[in-house]
Amino acid sequence: MINATAIYVLWLREMKRFMRTKSRIFGALAMPLFFLAFLGFGLRKISLPGIDQEIDYIRFLVPGVLGMSLLFSSAFSGLSVLWDREFGFLKEIMVAPVNRVSIVLGRIAGGATTAMLQSIMILVISLGLGFRVRSLLSLALALVFMLLISTTFLGLGLIFASKMNDMQGFSIVMNFVIFPLFFLSGALSPLENFPKALRYLAMIDPLTYGVDGLRSVLIGVSLYPLPHSLIIMVIFSAVMIVAGAYFFEKSESV
Amino acid sequence: MSRDAIRVENLTKRFKGIVAVDGISFTVRKGELFGLLGPNGAGKTTTINMLSTLLNPTSGQGEVAGFDILRNRDDVRRNIGVVFQETALDTKLTARENLEFHAMMYGLAKKEREERIQEVLRLVDLKEKANILVENYSGGMKRRLEIARGLIHRPQILFLDEPTLGLDAQTRRRIWDYIRDLNSEVQITIILTTHYMEEADYLCERVAIMDCGRFVALDSPQRLKDILGGDVISLEIEGEPGELVRRMEEFKWVKSLKSHNGFLSLTVEKGEIRIPELITFAQKNGLYVRCVHLRKPSLEDVFLNFTGRTQREQEASASQRNWKMKRGRMRRRR
Repeated sequence: MINATAIYVLWLREMKRFMRTKSRIFGALAMPLFFLAFLGFGLRKISLPGIDQEIDYIRFLVPGVLGMSLLFSSAFSGLSVLWDREFGFLKEIMVAPVNRVSIVLGRIAGGATTAMLQSIMILVISLGLGFRVRSLLSLALALVFMLLISTTFLGLGLIFASKMNDMQGFSIVMNFVIFPLFFLSGALSPLENFPKALRYLAMIDPLTYGVDGLRSVLIGVSLYPLPHSLIIMVIFSAVMIVAGAYFFEKSESV
Repeated sequence: MSRDAIRVENLTKRFKGIVAVDGISFTVRKGELFGLLGPNGAGKTTTINMLSTLLNPTSGQGEVAGFDILRNRDDVRRNIGVVFQETALDTKLTARENLEFHAMMYGLAKKEREERIQEVLRLVDLKEKANILVENYSGGMKRRLEIARGLIHRPQILFLDEPTLGLDAQTRRRIWDYIRDLNSEVQITIILTTHYMEEADYLCERVAIMDCGRFVALDSPQRLKDILGGDVISLEIEGEPGELVRRMEEFKWVKSLKSHNGFLSLTVEKGEIRIPELITFAQKNGLYVRCVHLRKPSLEDVFLNFTGRTQREQEASASQRNWKMKRGRMRRRR
């Protein structure tokens, strides 16, 4: 049975922690903002094959940086199970009479909210840099994509956290999984410029469809048709959540 | 319902080739204060983790509060409180928030929740500090908060894994008194693990001595000590006792006597009332007693008796074992 109170209280804990660790908010915002500022201004006049002449690089970049911020903070949240294990709090959660699915849902709710809040902040800042959202509908659709990206990588983080038992694995996952996912997704440059082999790899990267969907709804330019990337993201996100819950359930908490 | 709070049969846990708990069987009565005593690495925590559903046993059965630890996990969880060996608090939350989190996870309604939180905060004397972030708490305060948390949902059975590890003597005393009061006033069954002999001796009605995953003895502290045969009186004397030793041995109450280099050591029951008798006897026979020493057997002696080692030696060899294992693992990784 799904335990709504447990989901709520796990979410609430995440919110309180998020609000109290200011450094985490700034830390999570800093890198995407550097990318936006330095790449966006530095390469403002650049014309890349694959980007429409009418579209500034910064407009191309904003959806990519949103995807990046969602990818990193969601994966990080999923992996934060490792922190809880390290600091012992995981035992307190696991010994409670709450089924594991509710625990996973509570974590995902908390992680998705914080990731969404961070990327909304980035979106707001990019408005200050001259980015324009086309309509309310496009904003709403963008939020849907952001949620799907976030839950996908929360699930991925949970899978890794369930399979590892110490913090050493954390940087390995970050360097060998998360960064490649980011660069492969076409967040910074159009996929058309990639060699064929990399383009095939990009096709199995969920973030490719996430960023492409965001571009489609925010700036109206995309590689895949909108329904195409939307359906793929829904599938990715469902599969990752189920897999994350499955591995978390299987893992031993001590 | 049965009278037993816990029933365990042949419980075994193997971790990749190491047997952490090796087929232990025991029962704990309702309302009992039961102790698991042994050195680090004896398998106490693993036992607790299995009974509290955090680890699955490799084989064997366990019943906690009448529920099977494998088949009815959520029922077991609802009926137990656990205070883990390492701190399991969220340090970014306040004490009250930690308690609220727990109460909500256990499904307490708002009103009940507030009452219980007040109640347990008062019990562990943290009412004034309830709104401080736990990261600013001292070790003793954290421990008390954890005990409070373990009690909010009124469990039938409370597991305390090394409740006073690393605390100063004063705090330890206070926690002992809490534990005792809880057990007698609230009628909670308490299982505690410890490697402090005094702790088990002071608190527990029955103690299981654990070594290398097995129980080597299980009885009340007093009876375990009685197995050793009583108190030891050592006399330091001037001159040669000679044949007086033989006459002392003839006293009915002397169980054994050793003479060595001007020291006499006698094993007797109720040592304190035998000392005057011994002194009078010595004086009558012209022996000058320079000093007297009475030693009551401790659980440490019991441990030594059952395992043939002191706890410290035991821990040293265990840590050596662990170290070798770790090294082996590292080598394999490379």
